[in-house]
Amino acid sequence: MTRTLPLAASAAALLVFGFAPLALSPYWLSLLTIIFFYVCVGQAWNLMMGYTGILSLGNSLFLGLGGYVTAVLASRYGVVPWIGLPLGALVGAAMGVVIAWLGFRFSVRGVYFALLTIAFAEFFRLLFDNWDYVGGAGGVFLPSLGPDESILLHLRGSGLLFYYAFLVLAAAVTAISALLVNGRHGFFWRAIREDEEAARALGVRARSMKILVVAISGAMTAVAGGLFGLMNGSLFPDSMLGMGMSIEIIIAPIIGGLGTLVGPIVGAFFVVPVTEIANDVGQHVGIFGLNTFVYGVMVFLVIVFLPEGIWPRLRRLATRRQRPDETDGGSDA
Amino acid sequence: MDLYLQVLAGGVLNGVVYALIAIGLTIIFGVMRLVNFAHGEMVVIGMYIGYWCFELIGISPLAAMPVAALALFALGYVLQLTVVNAFISRPHHVQFILFISFALVITGLHMMLFGPTPRGIFSMASFETFDIGPLRLDMTRVQAAAGAIVLMALLFVFLRFTTTGQAIRAAADSRIGAEVIGIRINRVFAITAGIGMACAGAAGALVAPMFDTHPFLAPEFTLLAFIVVIIGGLGSIPGAIAGGILIGIVEALAAVMINPSMKSMFSYALLVLVLLVRPAGLFGAAGGRR
Repeated sequence: MTRTLPLAASAAALLVFGFAPLALSPYWLSLLTIIFFYVCVGQAWNLMMGYTGILSLGNSLFLGLGGYVTAVLASRYGVVPWIGLPLGALVGAAMGVVIAWLGFRFSVRGVYFALLTIAFAEFFRLLFDNWDYVGGAGGVFLPSLGPDESILLHLRGSGLLFYYAFLVLAAAVTAISALLVNGRHGFFWRAIREDEEAARALGVRARSMKILVVAISGAMTAVAGGLFGLMNGSLFPDSMLGMGMSIEIIIAPIIGGLGTLVGPIVGAFFVVPVTEIANDVGQHVGIFGLNTFVYGVMVFLVIVFLPEGIWPRLRRLATRRQRPDETDGGSDA
Repeated sequence: MDLYLQVLAGGVLNGVVYALIAIGLTIIFGVMRLVNFAHGEMVVIGMYIGYWCFELIGISPLAAMPVAALALFALGYVLQLTVVNAFISRPHHVQFILFISFALVITGLHMMLFGPTPRGIFSMASFETFDIGPLRLDMTRVQAAAGAIVLMALLFVFLRFTTTGQAIRAAADSRIGAEVIGIRINRVFAITAGIGMACAGAAGALVAPMFDTHPFLAPEFTLLAFIVVIIGGLGSIPGAIAGGILIGIVEALAAVMINPSMKSMFSYALLVLVLLVRPAGLFGAAGGRR
């Protein structure tokens, strides 16, 4: 597969989603906004897990830090998000460097690294729960904008604004990921994923490459968290930094297909609507908990019947039909 | 001084129950290299069993413990044979997601069946106390710790002196070796999963009088079991016991000296420290690192 096809498909998708607000109701736009959000955080996590083989179960930490930096700066000091978001990204990246450096410096790997990330995330959740400066368990609330304040400058307000903000962010995160994984870094990361000792022997500076990918993932997730907080208008430690959020971040890329750029996108487009349908049905029939149950069953079915994810299976079906002699398209995009 | 002794003793009693929960997690990891992400959900099932046994038949949580253990053993056995065995050689993240799906299904079922209402057990035992020397301990905790110790002792005897127990230890040492000498590995794995989840369920029944049972308690127990097991060393039963008691003490002291709502923060800080100093845990073998 050449590079023109993915590029053309991306351009077409951007065009369609760019003009979609003309045709869609606010309900569908908000659904798409959430999907784009999960594309951002899923893509960021996929760089770590899918391409480098670093399992993190604490990515909500980056999300929460980005969200809190942006929101606290805005609500306490009136700092506009255009400054708050990059600062949040810096904090997210710095936290990524700290965790990764500590972890890899002391050769904490695999399951142990995953638990280290959980420990960090839970530590900060409890810290924020008890820290009055950031509102404690009561959370941070962003003041509503005055009539003469600019929506674009303060990034607050309408759903349409966040639809475009998350669309642009999802596209940017995907594009940056594509450039990274198809470039030098991507080859190093995949070499580390396949066999770290061998990669090291070939001269790959494995530890710094791993720290780098965690930092990039942290920065991307933090920006998404900053926008997410602005969109909701309020932030709570449990929803931004909790284990539940970490799990929601990883489910879409795993279901869509790890180690591919399309996987997190396909996963988000699958998981979010199914969650939504489960919520609606649960509310409609008035059975509390039905949504969680349906969600669990769906995740179970996918992991049992499509263990490598939806996208790799689709791609294999498509390529088999076109070129029966080739099993893999050979391109990650 | 007396206050601190009191707190310390309470922490140890809690720690013994934590150890039972953690042993369930660690035995599954030690034998099958699986991290049961739905462990807390198993504890909550046990809590509901303890609660309903008390509400409907009026038997104490201590008497409900075997019921919970048997029910969870059956659940673990069946899950392992029907689904989980096929995932043993899969990558970690796939196993994580499988167990997360179990956790979601169980939590969903709990909410559908019992609703979000917290359910507490109110019996006279809640007000009874137990005196040793200058110490005054509440009866429910003493009972829970006693139940946990009995179960752990039984487990020790089972693993040490029965053929099945030996088969489980053989499988933990070397899966291939165990298969070579004719151990039916899938059955051994199913029994191990049953035992692991039975520990969680039994502990759940024991703690039912201490915490109000509700569907969302599960992640707390899962994380608690992780902390204990990582501090002790994944796969190590003595490590789980030492880690459980250590965390019980740390939580109790932090709750008194600093702030009850921040007690878990100190457990996490301790966990991070242990991971950095001894990545395989206090009792973990260097070879156990994965």
